[in-house]
Amino acid sequence: MSVKTKKNLLWGLGIVALVVASLAGCLSSETQTGSSDVASQVYVAPGSYDEFYAFMSGGFSGNLTVHGLPSGRLIKTVPVFSQFPENGYGYSDETKGMFMTSFGFVPWDDSHHPELSQTNGVPDGRWIFINGNNTPRVARIDLGLFETEEILEIPNSAGNHGSPFITPDSKYLVASTRFSIPIPQRDMAISEYKGNFKGTLSFIKADVPGEMDVAFQLVVPGFNYDLAHAGKGPSYGWMFFTSYNSEEAHTLLEVNASQNDKDFIAAVNWQRAEECVASGAGKDMKTSYYHNYMGENRIAVSTVKESVKVLVTSDCPDMIYFLPTPKSPHGVDVDPSGEYIVAGGKLATVIPVHSFSKMMDAIANESFEGEVDGIPVLKYDAVIAGEVANPGLGPLHTEFDGNGFAYTTAFISSEIVKWELGTWQVVDRIPTYYSVGHLMIPGGDSQKPWGKYLVALNKITKDRYLPTGPELAHSAQLIDISGDKMRLLLDFPMMGEPHYAQGIIADLLIDKQVKFFPLEENTHPYGVKSEAQTRVEREGRDVHVYMSTIRTHFSPDNIEGIRVGDQVFFHVTNLEQDWDVPHGFAVQGANTSELLVMPGETRTIRWEPKREGVYPFYCTDFCSALHQEMSGYVRVSPVGSTTPLAFGTGE
Amino acid sequence: MKKGTRLTVGLASLLLVVLYVTPIWQITLEAPQYPEGIGMHIRIDNVTGQKPNDLKNINGLNHYIGMKEIVPESIPELRIMPWVIGGLIVIGRTAAMTGWRWVGYAGIGLFVCTLLVGLVDFYMWGYDYGHNLNPKAAIRIPGMAYQPPLIGSKKLLNFTAHSWPAVGGWAAAVSLVVGTLAMFFDRKSSRGAK
Repeated sequence: MSVKTKKNLLWGLGIVALVVASLAGCLSSETQTGSSDVASQVYVAPGSYDEFYAFMSGGFSGNLTVHGLPSGRLIKTVPVFSQFPENGYGYSDETKGMFMTSFGFVPWDDSHHPELSQTNGVPDGRWIFINGNNTPRVARIDLGLFETEEILEIPNSAGNHGSPFITPDSKYLVASTRFSIPIPQRDMAISEYKGNFKGTLSFIKADVPGEMDVAFQLVVPGFNYDLAHAGKGPSYGWMFFTSYNSEEAHTLLEVNASQNDKDFIAAVNWQRAEECVASGAGKDMKTSYYHNYMGENRIAVSTVKESVKVLVTSDCPDMIYFLPTPKSPHGVDVDPSGEYIVAGGKLATVIPVHSFSKMMDAIANESFEGEVDGIPVLKYDAVIAGEVANPGLGPLHTEFDGNGFAYTTAFISSEIVKWELGTWQVVDRIPTYYSVGHLMIPGGDSQKPWGKYLVALNKITKDRYLPTGPELAHSAQLIDISGDKMRLLLDFPMMGEPHYAQGIIADLLIDKQVKFFPLEENTHPYGVKSEAQTRVEREGRDVHVYMSTIRTHFSPDNIEGIRVGDQVFFHVTNLEQDWDVPHGFAVQGANTSELLVMPGETRTIRWEPKREGVYPFYCTDFCSALHQEMSGYVRVSPVGSTTPLAFGTGE
Repeated sequence: MKKGTRLTVGLASLLLVVLYVTPIWQITLEAPQYPEGIGMHIRIDNVTGQKPNDLKNINGLNHYIGMKEIVPESIPELRIMPWVIGGLIVIGRTAAMTGWRWVGYAGIGLFVCTLLVGLVDFYMWGYDYGHNLNPKAAIRIPGMAYQPPLIGSKKLLNFTAHSWPAVGGWAAAVSLVVGTLAMFFDRKSSRGAK
């Protein structure tokens, strides 16, 4: 073949490819959105509310974002594990304590899995929890405030990925270790990983605000524990954790942890573990971890805990069983009835579904194929209920609609596969754009899903939105699952990287929203109840400004007598007592952030003036018609100046 | 007075007890930014917000136009009114118990006077608040006054103010009308008997 012919052939192939691509384009524009009434299904008229709240993890943003469904509108960003200069979270004196850990102040984390509190196996709208992956933590967010109220560090953990999955009564949420480590931590050769590094499965008391704590931890073989979900109904009292790297590899995991045909789901009988703990099993291991809680006046109080209850398998031999599960399983999801345990083997060719009742029989009959570190491994055939054939490539996560169907994401083939529980037959599939990770049906991991919508959370968007340079938005896709066939309704962009998400019917939250904080209940030590109490006090180099805001002025708004080298504390109390009237505070040259102060609350930001001069401060939240007038000046005199301390407003 | 008249007059005067527990008048303000509404209740002894903090927020809004702050403690009428209403109840009860007609007439006369004086007083307070504005106010519109309507609705800048009797006001009206009618028919029938 001459060079020219080769070239012509290549051109020809190129043209064929183009034609195919454009045909595909035509096809997809018709098939992706279905009929023309799709727009009306996601149209929420101006002034109307969405039907559902959707809570999307922020991934590497460390936040939680709140969207409305079906519109997809972004309503709120709740900062959790990351400093948030937008409102001063993690910068103000009142909130800095939320980031305290045994490693010191850690102002960022990677938040993956939001989890709503439940009562009787159904989301109840009290709180939502989310994990911090990198420096193991779990957080509780109050859903009357949409603010992070509590953060607990997890001791003896690394890579808190399989967290914070909750029991149907919110008694416990769990935290499992993605990375096994020496326990307790010590200096040792990485090559000695196998047999020496361990994982932990932690059970955390979740149902009393301010009292989150590790109830007990189970030390388990040095696999990578990935995700979890609680048993419910008949399987109440059990928790299921996936694991991979049963090879116990410590390097090049993509190859070395992908060798075994089957890894394990760890089925943990946590009620049995409770009994063992109650009867004195296990030991109190000395350690150090932080508990941070927004206490009185929502000022973060950090407490160091010195000990944790640890159980090894020999302390309580019948509390854990391993269910062999094909090829590095990722998600583990329990159907609404509590009978079926669905695993997403990310390299598997089928979706294995275990049966809880068969598992109980297998345990009773001791149908074991061996054991690992004293943990019995049940026979695969003795526990499997069925396998879903042809589920798409790279099955990861499954949610349920409450009508007998399950929906599984296939990351590699970029689709969602709908299949029937019991018959294990695939009944429908729909492409996603592109590479779907988690999916969410409101209540879809609970005992009563609101099986109307499904949200696919995609890792890659490529051409779906206007391009924005190298980094593109992740995306969500809303899919109607009310009929036999899934229908794509809407694309909407996500902030950060959404992993898991949760959804809840809006009626459960609307009426419980806190509108402002009653001023008479504000007992902040640096707060004021009225303008008459505003003042400036010097204590050595520390200067405390007791400042108030009300439409449309600060009190005081002129401050003199500050000196270079002082540390100025602006304690700003918002005297407003009406909904939706925050005031902001920003001062030139602050090395921190602004403050956004809600009505009735007091927040503090520090300012260390570097140079003499007169510096303005102003309100950053457009509060009223005279917002632009809401400002003031601080005069900064040189070190050693005798300028007297003076302050006032309107004089 | 006949037995029936005495009973009716007695009940009509007792109806005034309602004024001690519910507002007599309400002024409600409507604006786009207040979809949930904002307003105040005028009681015989106090001025309160329709919702907690409404009065504080109305005062906050009013400061832009230079209106004086509404401070219930500084309105002397609110300390007198409970006694006046109490007096009317006592007179009504006395008329009912004794059956003396002239006491009934005196009660009606006093009641009508109270009503007229009250309305005039309410108008004058409204006039004062609406006209006597701080000359240094942020929002000054020449010729603009912010007196709320005595009764009815009126547009004041971005707000529409609605001023209407509240439950206590209606109770007072019913009390006066029923008492007056009872006395009127008692007199008519007694004349007819003569």
